Amino acid sequence: MIGARNLILGGTLTAVFVALAILSFLWTPYDYTGVDVANRLKGPLSPGYLLGTDHFGRDILSMIMVGARTSIAVAIVAVGIGMSVGVPLGLLAASGRGGWVDEITMRGNDLVFAFPSLVIAILITAIFGPSAFNAIIAIGIFNVPVFARLTRGAALSLWQRDYILAARVAGKGPLRISVEHILPNVANLLIVQGTIQFSLGILAEAGLSYVGLGAQPPTPSWGRMLAESQTMITIAPHMALFPGLAIVLTVLGLNLMGDGLRDALDPRLRGRS
Amino acid sequence: MTLLSVSGLNLSIGTLPILHDVALTVARGQIVGVIGESGSGKSMTAYAITQLLPAGAQAQGTVTLDGHDILSADEPTMCALRGATVSMIFQEPMTALNPVKTIGDQVAEAILVHENVPRAEAMARARAALDRVELTADRFPLGRYPHEMSGGQRQRVCIAMAIALRPALLIADEPTTALDVTTQAGILTLLKRLVVEDGMGLLMITHDLAVVADMADEIHIMRAGRVVEAGPTGQVFRAMRHPYSRQLLAASGHTPDRETRAEETLLEVRDVVRDYVLPRTRLWSRPGRFRALHGVSLTLRRGESLGLVGASGCGKSTLSRAILGLEPVEAGDIHLSGVPVWAGGAVDRAVRRRMQVVFQDPYGSFNPRWRVGRLVAEPFHLLDRWPDDADDQVAQALIAVGLTPEDAAKYPHEFSGGQRQRIAIARALIIRPDLIVLDEAVSALDVSIRAQILDLLADLGGRFGLSYLFISHDLSVVRSITDRVLVMDAGRIVEEGPTEQVFDAPRHPYTKSLIDAAPRLPNGAGTDSPTPPQTLSETRAP
Amino acid sequence: MLRYTVLRLQSLILSLLVASVVIFVTVEIVPGDPASFMLGINAQPDTVAALRAELGLDQGPFTRYLAWVSGLMQGDLGTSYTYRAPVADMVGDRLWISLPLAIYALILSTAIAFPAGILAATRRGSAADIGVMGMTQLGVAIPNFWFAMIMVLIFAVNLRWFSAGGFPGWENPLHALHALTLPAIALALPQASILARVMRSALLETLDEDYIRTARAKGLTRRQVLWRHALRNAMIPVLTIIGLQFAFLIAGGIIIENVFYLPGLGRLIFQAISQRDLIVVESTVMLLVFAVIVVNFAVDLAYAVVDPRLRSAR
Repeated sequence: MIGARNLILGGTLTAVFVALAILSFLWTPYDYTGVDVANRLKGPLSPGYLLGTDHFGRDILSMIMVGARTSIAVAIVAVGIGMSVGVPLGLLAASGRGGWVDEITMRGNDLVFAFPSLVIAILITAIFGPSAFNAIIAIGIFNVPVFARLTRGAALSLWQRDYILAARVAGKGPLRISVEHILPNVANLLIVQGTIQFSLGILAEAGLSYVGLGAQPPTPSWGRMLAESQTMITIAPHMALFPGLAIVLTVLGLNLMGDGLRDALDPRLRGRS
Repeated sequence: MTLLSVSGLNLSIGTLPILHDVALTVARGQIVGVIGESGSGKSMTAYAITQLLPAGAQAQGTVTLDGHDILSADEPTMCALRGATVSMIFQEPMTALNPVKTIGDQVAEAILVHENVPRAEAMARARAALDRVELTADRFPLGRYPHEMSGGQRQRVCIAMAIALRPALLIADEPTTALDVTTQAGILTLLKRLVVEDGMGLLMITHDLAVVADMADEIHIMRAGRVVEAGPTGQVFRAMRHPYSRQLLAASGHTPDRETRAEETLLEVRDVVRDYVLPRTRLWSRPGRFRALHGVSLTLRRGESLGLVGASGCGKSTLSRAILGLEPVEAGDIHLSGVPVWAGGAVDRAVRRRMQVVFQDPYGSFNPRWRVGRLVAEPFHLLDRWPDDADDQVAQALIAVGLTPEDAAKYPHEFSGGQRQRIAIARALIIRPDLIVLDEAVSALDVSIRAQILDLLADLGGRFGLSYLFISHDLSVVRSITDRVLVMDAGRIVEEGPTEQVFDAPRHPYTKSLIDAAPRLPNGAGTDSPTPPQTLSETRAP
Repeated sequence: MLRYTVLRLQSLILSLLVASVVIFVTVEIVPGDPASFMLGINAQPDTVAALRAELGLDQGPFTRYLAWVSGLMQGDLGTSYTYRAPVADMVGDRLWISLPLAIYALILSTAIAFPAGILAATRRGSAADIGVMGMTQLGVAIPNFWFAMIMVLIFAVNLRWFSAGGFPGWENPLHALHALTLPAIALALPQASILARVMRSALLETLDEDYIRTARAKGLTRRQVLWRHALRNAMIPVLTIIGLQFAFLIAGGIIIENVFYLPGLGRLIFQAISQRDLIVVESTVMLLVFAVIVVNFAVDLAYAVVDPRLRSAR
């Protein structure tokens, strides 16, 4: 099955980068802040430097390993924010369909959708200054309506099912029904969307750091590595190549994993998108 | 002259055999009925004739339509035949039309794909076709969109599309199953008229013996991909040879044995009014209202089985939800044994404990992620504390409905439709309620399964002293299982009385029209049976 | 249709109002005193007082909000503190780069995605389908600014087909388009990948509908069914994505402008942030949000054109 293959390939890619990120806490080939002018701009596969060095002589592999940490942390926390706010909101809105909670939630969602995460980041940065934390908040805020909308939509159709009526006949209130009946049946959807938002979070973090709205020195980040590589691109293209590949492979891995998960969790959708 | 001739038709999808050696013929001007329960292969036979088979399907045998060898015809030939020589209408009129195109465009398209005529002429002919299916120009201009029409009207559009080119053969796949009885009667009359006028053959596929009984010239009864009985309609109904046919006939008119009891008043509904708020048309405007129940009153006595019949949208489901305390009412009261269901804006748990419900859809009635044991035990939530012997009680309830205690560990998808309805009944029984509301509880089941569930309900009613409120659009079912019946139309109860009396001598014109419209099995059908019919055993899902 | 339009228009105005309040509060209320925030901690008290007077900070927040909004409606976006120039003029020049870039990218993305999605859906499971899906999987994963850098390396530095950056102005439209081509491709690629996937799944979904079977029973070929019945119904989800994408294209353009040194809105915003020019940030952010909301309004109207149920149901 293509689904199983996606799941294995995507899971492996993701696992490799998560492992690199965890490993970086214990060991990196070099100190990622270690400026070493004697060994600057070494090409890939140079002795001792697998992926080469940058214009300060820092080891690119070490920086990519530590950068994985930033990317993964930012994306995970942002997905966490989106889920922990968005899912209860979506459940609540669906349980009081057409009521004022629903109305406010949906209007609020529409409003946040009008602010792309970059625009939120611009606003936050303009006031509080750039930092990885602000990038997390910006991406997290952007994730809230994604999960709220998805949860509400799925929950609304579930609320039409007869087993919800049966639960109400058994005297259960909207809160209990939302937790016992609705949530388990939207969980698959949330897991799949979670991996997609995770990968979007990594892309967004890279973009924000690239334009200087994300992680600040000395916190390493793939996006900032790319920003620094830009002026050097004609003489040291490898500085741009490897952080970019790291992003592509991680995001690809997460997306493949999401597709594979969807197929594994819902055979009905097999082969769609 | 034979128009369609099918012989030795075998069909398989992948490695799964679907049809075995199917044979049938249709002549011009002839109506042939194909009857079978779900999975009998009746629809696949139709798709094989039009070559609209699902991917992976392989057909062998001979299908000859108007001189064309269908099974060896290439796709361009089939496209030329479909819509011009053979047309098809389907079960679900609500989804059978493209929602973004006008009905005029959709009917005219049938003409334009086959004939090289100017658009204006095609539109004029589309108009004529719509007139022929009694959708007149003043009420149904060509610019109408499907969503502006009812199910019956949409089915008429589908028929107009199918007959626009006066095909030699029309295949109707359960064309009235999704419709109310009166709408169904109108569609059936229309089809009969078109057959006479155009001299076309009609292949009518249905699960309902009664539907074909008074219109088909010949019928074929299918089971598990085979034709088990075939012949002229009158002859088949007089003397069915195959045991399955006899069982099917018996199940269609099945009346369970039941003793009639009626004691003190259990449920009393008085002058109940229910309004729905319509979606707002403007952001700041006051929302409109729709009155679903206009002062409905009824009483149900302990031990009684009360029927509530009416067309879809008449308010019967709204009434059942009001009785169950699922939705508040605007006016009137509902009492169970003298205790109001609604007290102080909330539903009394002690009252709720005494009512349970079984719904129509055996697939949507259960949380797919829960095991049967947990599902059946859910109403225990109404008790003040969870019973210590909950597992035993679940096991007993499962036994009572003809399942086994081991089934508690399974998930609902492991059961067939009929078995799921048994689980739903076990869930309703578990807290020993006084009243069970059966909301179209057997409507989605095949007739033979339906007969078993009706027997089960009759049996349980006696054993547990249950009262039933039996809500259905199906008159024959209501007739077979209720003592008294209420007829509902547009939010009002228009007639009430003992079941036999209402069915034999309806007083209200609406009741009369309902009963006249219901298709009937011929009198004395099956009386020549050599052996008495047996009940079918339900096949268990793997 | 009129009713529907009025309803959507009402919600457009409401969204704009709420968005403007959010932006105003974030920029002018949250930092406390915007004047001292803009000038930094080392500013002289009299400079701060002068800026306060210039910004009208002695007035209450509500009055200031009203003044800002009524200014916006007359095309007055305020005056930049650092450049001492009307923000409207500064934005006006830069909009002529950012907006054409977003539209160029949208056209490219649609032109790539539609055929690819249709091809994949109609030949489901074929080599073409697998190929398209594989490409889109990769396209979604590539950060557009990195893709832009790689393209600069290949097409500008090595092949010298394009210049590596800068913008020649619109005096010669062909030169201008030429300069915007690489940025537009970089912006369009991930969006085209998403759109192609949505197109494919929406088409597969509609091809499963009952009315497709009805149309086939009428004698339409698979091809006719696709073009006459499936595509238009599949457009409903596709339009949603196109609307969302325009927002991403406008925002994404800000990043891409950085790669190509294009003097667009993005450069203006980043300079304003580093110079703490809140007036510029406030008004340009409002302008971006305005664009997104208006595009979504246009998408809502497009829905109604595609789907008659929306025209009459409400």
